[in-house]
Amino acid sequence: MKLKLKIWRQKNAQDKGKMVDYDIEGVSGDMSFLEMLDVLNNQLIGKDEDPVAFDHDCREGICGSCSLFINGEAHGPDRLITTCQLHMRKFKDGDTVYIEPFRAGAFPVIKDLVVDRSALDRIQQAGGYVSVNTSGNTQDANAIPVPKSDADKAFDAATCIGCGACVASCKNASAMLFVAAKVSQFALLPQGKIEAKRRVLNMVEQMDKEGFGSCTNTGACEAECPKGISLENIARMNREYLSASFTANE
Amino acid sequence: MTNLQAHIPTGPLAEKWTSHKNKINLVNPANKRQIDVIVVGTGLAGGSAAATLAELGYNVKAFCYQDSPRRAHSIAAQGGINAAKNYQGDGDSTYRLFYDTVKGGDYRSREANVYRLAEVSANIIDQCVAQGVPFARDYGGLLDNRSFGGVLVSRTFYAKGQTGQQLLLGCYSAMNRQIARGKIKMYNRHEMMELVVVDGKARGIIARNLVTGAIERHSAHAVVIASGGYGNVFYLSTNAMGSNVSAAWKVHKKGAYFANPCFTQIHPTCIPVSGDHQSKLTLMSESLRNDGRIWVPKKMEDVKAIREGRLKPTQIAEQDRDYYLERRYPAFGNLVPRDVASRAAKERCDAGYGVNATGEAVYLDFSSAILRYGKEQAHLKGMDENDAATVKRLGTALVEAKYGNLFQMYEKIVDQNPYETPMMIYPAVHYTMGGIWVDYNLMTTIPGLYAIGEANFSDHGANRLGASALMQGLADGYFVLPYTIGDYLSKDIRTGRIDTNTPEFDEAERQVRQQVEQLLHNKGSRSVDFFHKKLGRVMWDKVGMARNADGLRQAIEEIRQIRADFYKEVRVPGTANEYNEELAKAGRVADFLELGELMARDALEREESCGGHFREEFQTEDGEAMRRPEFQYVGAWEYTGDPSQANLHREVLEYENIEVKERSYK
Amino acid sequence: MSWLKKTFSSTIGRKFAMALSALFLLVFLLQHFAINITSVFSAGLFNELSHFMGTNPLVQFLLQPVLIAGILLHFILGVYLEMTNKAARPIAYAQYRGSASATWMSRNMAYSGMAILLFMSLHFYDFWVPEIVYKYVEVNPEDPFRYYEELVHKFQNPVRIGLYVAAFVFLSLHLLHGFQSAFQSLGARHPKYYPLIEKLGKIYAIGIPAGFVFIALYHHFFHA
Repeated sequence: MKLKLKIWRQKNAQDKGKMVDYDIEGVSGDMSFLEMLDVLNNQLIGKDEDPVAFDHDCREGICGSCSLFINGEAHGPDRLITTCQLHMRKFKDGDTVYIEPFRAGAFPVIKDLVVDRSALDRIQQAGGYVSVNTSGNTQDANAIPVPKSDADKAFDAATCIGCGACVASCKNASAMLFVAAKVSQFALLPQGKIEAKRRVLNMVEQMDKEGFGSCTNTGACEAECPKGISLENIARMNREYLSASFTANE
Repeated sequence: MTNLQAHIPTGPLAEKWTSHKNKINLVNPANKRQIDVIVVGTGLAGGSAAATLAELGYNVKAFCYQDSPRRAHSIAAQGGINAAKNYQGDGDSTYRLFYDTVKGGDYRSREANVYRLAEVSANIIDQCVAQGVPFARDYGGLLDNRSFGGVLVSRTFYAKGQTGQQLLLGCYSAMNRQIARGKIKMYNRHEMMELVVVDGKARGIIARNLVTGAIERHSAHAVVIASGGYGNVFYLSTNAMGSNVSAAWKVHKKGAYFANPCFTQIHPTCIPVSGDHQSKLTLMSESLRNDGRIWVPKKMEDVKAIREGRLKPTQIAEQDRDYYLERRYPAFGNLVPRDVASRAAKERCDAGYGVNATGEAVYLDFSSAILRYGKEQAHLKGMDENDAATVKRLGTALVEAKYGNLFQMYEKIVDQNPYETPMMIYPAVHYTMGGIWVDYNLMTTIPGLYAIGEANFSDHGANRLGASALMQGLADGYFVLPYTIGDYLSKDIRTGRIDTNTPEFDEAERQVRQQVEQLLHNKGSRSVDFFHKKLGRVMWDKVGMARNADGLRQAIEEIRQIRADFYKEVRVPGTANEYNEELAKAGRVADFLELGELMARDALEREESCGGHFREEFQTEDGEAMRRPEFQYVGAWEYTGDPSQANLHREVLEYENIEVKERSYK
Repeated sequence: MSWLKKTFSSTIGRKFAMALSALFLLVFLLQHFAINITSVFSAGLFNELSHFMGTNPLVQFLLQPVLIAGILLHFILGVYLEMTNKAARPIAYAQYRGSASATWMSRNMAYSGMAILLFMSLHFYDFWVPEIVYKYVEVNPEDPFRYYEELVHKFQNPVRIGLYVAAFVFLSLHLLHGFQSAFQSLGARHPKYYPLIEKLGKIYAIGIPAGFVFIALYHHFFHA
């Protein structure tokens, strides 16, 4: 099939950038979206033009590198997948496809479709961990039983791949779902409970510092999340945060 | 002939590690603050090492090419992690894990290392649980286990099909804690370009900032390579697009020996190639073989009908299906080790029984598991066990709970529903057992240079068992390297900060700049991918699942030719001082083009079949691998300026605690 | 008390304040509706209740200021959050399909809120200002039977009725998202009771505005 691509091109962080049109032919339905871009890039290199820069790595939906806002949606029109898992069979011959970077003030563009998501790392550094040394001198793994339902919920929250689709699709560029996933994972496990208060206060403070918007509970993040992380986590974080605000001893 | 000193401690096998730890030198906490360590790569091995070294008090500089350490490719590991906990009470023990690993590796790994791995394995699980890794649990709240290939016990801990992700996020969180404390300085989007050796010791690296293109000098008292495996030499593999051999290859060229490069793991259950555009292959976890049954049709006319779309696999009667693994290996059935399962699939497909258009696919079928689980659940819930619809619904739900994300992945890629129709799978390059040679302390042949995780030649011999890579990466990073590196660094407490304004750094930087300029000014007509694909084809056809002397000799010639063409014809657009992915790729492919040749050379030299290395000339009558005792050694290659001219050093493997037997899974 | 300041200057704290003021306004609206609906079946009861609300010092000098403060807080904070949220994405998408992943109501709370604010100025002009003038400026003697007459009188103008109906549509849209959103901001969400909150939200968001519309139309058409 043939497609008309409208791609955001921006040389570097300082450049203003603009949408540029490209025509591409010979796209097959079995290609992933990124493989379609590979084809485009090979054409561009052949013409001695600058290939389109985009983040990608594992190409199996788990590393969270790939981003892309495709036709107005994070990771494109399909659900519960990342862009690398989006296949061209979701498009029709002759379609026009808008390809833009994940946009947020906290995600400055590095080049073309590549953005800097280190704000998410800094939020994790503010408290997204259990303060236990990796010495191995911990107690036996089965010493504290964890109810299966808690473990399962913690796991569901922990499947977050940190891609930033929640931020990109939120009309407020809010990172609440991302932060809530980590806060929830630890809040649900006995190992994480000890520092739960400090963690949520610090992580939310860092989230606000990075300039993400607030939550309007639209649910766009949950709908666009490639891992289907639930809004319940945001409610849990709200609970954790508010109760920690009023009860933490620091 | 050899100057390889493995430094294996003396004493009984079970006491080696403990007594070694007790005897080696330590660095006092005040001195640790004066010592810098560079860690290249932030997967399970690098991430756990960086976090632990920082906790101990060293100043760590960690490098990854991804935009965050959390994205290293360990994240894609699916099925699980082994540990000799014996929670299931099914007879597991440190010795048994050790034994299974050595046997699984076809007796080509070092006894002492493997025993240590088995010994610390239990601790890994304790550690990860303490970190908040949400492993699967049963209703009593205790940890659950599953089985993996090549073993007769259930010792694999897992978190659905995302175990690697959960473990890596555990490491990443431990790193974050140290980054926040300022003990780890994290260099994201940086690529190691060269190792700097001063007075024979590893003292730093040259790195390129992938965003600005800046070439940077970084010094340290020791350098740890944790950059993963080199499966991408095959172009198509289950590795991430960016996974590369460059860090390992650069240190090899600076004097670190490269061991057993031909030991490549071809994983039996991957989604088959769909076309020329394909950029990577996707794994379907080995854990699926717990419940999935592998088969092809018995009758050739059924194969034809399926390929032409006249027949659906679900229409083929039970007696017309060839469950070839169950047929050939009744003891282990679908859970034979990976090398065996892969070769068996190739054998069926070569015989013409492949079930997709390209003839390179077999079925992985869950219908009997859905039926079995469905009945079990129906019984448990007091529902009608003979009602097909109920049984199917309940069975499907249970299979979904166990493998949901894998099934979803499959459906998105292939556009078929694996709950309704069997998956199609075919072997694909997955892991490399070979790697940088290290001694018992994980130090390479360059003093002060360490290699951990998949980057070293490690503990897996000629074939790695499922769920052992995660175990090894974390064992190296959390529990082994942090001890052994102290022994070396204890001699460095008076050295002081390493200066980067020295002739050695000047020279290393000059070499890097020269390579970058050369690639950019080549102005050829072919993209980097063109050469990578060409190399991959040669590797897959001639250095892949089955190899022979003629093919390997041809491969060496062909790779040399592709390499020559690459330097003549490659076109790398853009400049050196910007974000330039093509440039980064070009550097990586240049290294693959040298490594590939060494792999073929190593495969040619090893005139036997063992584990993942299968030489067609050396097989038993029924097509199994024929090991030869004279090759019971680690082949460690010394770089001499040309991959084909590398010098082979042999570390002979002694087995004192295990009887070397014919490996049989029948 | 720096922690309190910190809490309420965080994004979550601000949403908490929005939710608390919202819940307060929800209760107020219910009460308002309960009194108004009596006008449909009993002018006497309506007058009696209105008289109580209009003259009871507790209502006049405690609840009324709190109400006004609540409304102001909800609006000012809402506008402020909307502005900071807009600033969180300085460069807009060329194409943004908000409808693919979220309802119109949830994405346009600021606009439905603005519409309600405009309506409230009309409403204040209609009822509250004359009431204040009557009581505190002209200092007329209290007539406990005037309320019903005033109500009926106001609803004779069809333009006003039109504006009222339109405003209640916006109120309904605002509440369709706002009701359950307030609970979410407070952290009250669990698979067990969330469906109930959703259902209650829908009943409230459609029922209450529809009820107000009914009252207005009733008085418009049955007292002409």
